[in-house]
Amino acid sequence: MTIKQVSVFLENKTGRINEVTKILSQHGINMHAFSMAETPDFGILRLIVSDADKAAEILRGADFAVMLTDVIHLHCPNEAGALGKILEQLATAEVSIEYMYAFAEGDIANIVVRPTDIERCEKAIGC
Amino acid sequence: MIWNPNKECMSRDEMHALQSKRLQKLVTYVYHNVPFYRNKMQAMDLSPEDIRSIDDIVKLPFTTKQDLRDNYPYGLQAAPASEIVRVHASSGTTGNPTIVGYTRKDLAVWSEVMARCLTAYGVTREDTFSVAYGYGLFTGGLGAHYGVENLGATVIPTSTGNTEKHIRLIRDLKVSGIACTPSYALYLAETLDKMGLTKEDIGLRIGAFGAEPWTENMRKEIEERLGLKGYNIYGLSEIMGPGVSYECQEQNGSHICEDHFYPEIINPDTLEQLPRGQQGELVFTTLTKEGMPLLRYRTKDLCTLMEGKCACGRTAVRMGRIMGRSDDMLIIRGINVFPSQVESVILEMKEFEPQYMLVVDRVNNLDTLQVQVEVRRDFFTDDIGSMLGMKKRLADRLKSVLSISADVKLMEPGSIERSQGKGKHVIDNRILK
Repeated sequence: MTIKQVSVFLENKTGRINEVTKILSQHGINMHAFSMAETPDFGILRLIVSDADKAAEILRGADFAVMLTDVIHLHCPNEAGALGKILEQLATAEVSIEYMYAFAEGDIANIVVRPTDIERCEKAIGC
Repeated sequence: MIWNPNKECMSRDEMHALQSKRLQKLVTYVYHNVPFYRNKMQAMDLSPEDIRSIDDIVKLPFTTKQDLRDNYPYGLQAAPASEIVRVHASSGTTGNPTIVGYTRKDLAVWSEVMARCLTAYGVTREDTFSVAYGYGLFTGGLGAHYGVENLGATVIPTSTGNTEKHIRLIRDLKVSGIACTPSYALYLAETLDKMGLTKEDIGLRIGAFGAEPWTENMRKEIEERLGLKGYNIYGLSEIMGPGVSYECQEQNGSHICEDHFYPEIINPDTLEQLPRGQQGELVFTTLTKEGMPLLRYRTKDLCTLMEGKCACGRTAVRMGRIMGRSDDMLIIRGINVFPSQVESVILEMKEFEPQYMLVVDRVNNLDTLQVQVEVRRDFFTDDIGSMLGMKKRLADRLKSVLSISADVKLMEPGSIERSQGKGKHVIDNRILK
């Protein structure tokens, strides 16, 4: 399923992520997943939240540089080889991946994928 | 429009004669009233009679900022205390501040030269003009203020601070012109955006920007964002304050009020006077000042002087854009770097806000330069490759302009401190022994 991810530009400065989470919690926005892409001087915080549009608006209001990105959200069984199967499908369909992050607990694994081509990716996995 | 065509458009011969007469009078005046100058001249075996024309100025001693500090507070004052009606002081970040006393006539000259500037920018009696330089010891606020009044326009003495209120006043009082630092003009533009207003809402037409070095690219940026035409105004408190020189509609250098402030360019190392057109340190002699007249004051500003009648009709010598104050020049790994060079590069690239900071340090006996720059919100992308590409483009461009490599640090928009007065662009952490 295609969902919206909130990307936030952050300087590498102590307490900066904390400020983002504080602002979101003050507005009752729940975070489902996030990852941090980092370089020595800046990072990009990528968030999956309960209301992406609202989160982006609030963070922009607090002077953050924010962008909404389409990503694909997938579930697969939490067992050996399950993710491999999906990646195989994507490779066959010649979908390249810019980045992905995943988390597994219990029987289910959650995967967020940012492909270079969203439509092709959707078709390849049949969602 | 020209405020004082008799003086501003004087023939070169008449100007030479006027300057010669005034210099002779000045030298006699300081010789008899300022022991500092009398001692210096006597040591050089020089008497006032040796000065017969303005060309003899090269015989006279120089004055430096250090001389003003050493003679703190009133040592260089020529007029008796009873004649002094106002005192300004420069910010003394190191050592004593510089104290400058003005007589009633000095203040009249000051508002005269300020009226010349404002008229050259196109300000008329119909205009309402906001002075957003700091009022107080700094010469910017009061200097511009009395110029606007002298011209007959309406002055709004805004000073600095409370920018939102200022913007509302500009809108509601139909303010057409503003005087402030370029740094503050940018801050004003940002605040305008934040308030959800546009440049059309405030309708500013004229900006008189000065008190800090700024680049041509900065002018374009401010003009675009505030919808006005920006003019350079130059001055320094030791000589008078704002109004020493000003741009006209041609914007081809700033006309110097030469009948009051005589300019020279010297080689800062040999102290020799350089011919017109060559770059060097700007030096001023205050031809008509009574309170604290100065002979050949070294400004530390680096620029060139241009002769020739301007298309606007003025005949006064023009000074080119200030490359930087020699005090602002950084020597990094043996290479001279001016913050204005970095500014120019950053403003060429639309990905970045016009705010920047140079951080200089010394690591393992090697100088390092970090250039901190803010990424514009519209140019932020989720793709780390493009962000790094943006960083590399700036680093490459800086290297080709500065001839040394700089470490570019991308910052969040709004994170570099904004200035309402003179902008701060350098942090030098080197401990030089």
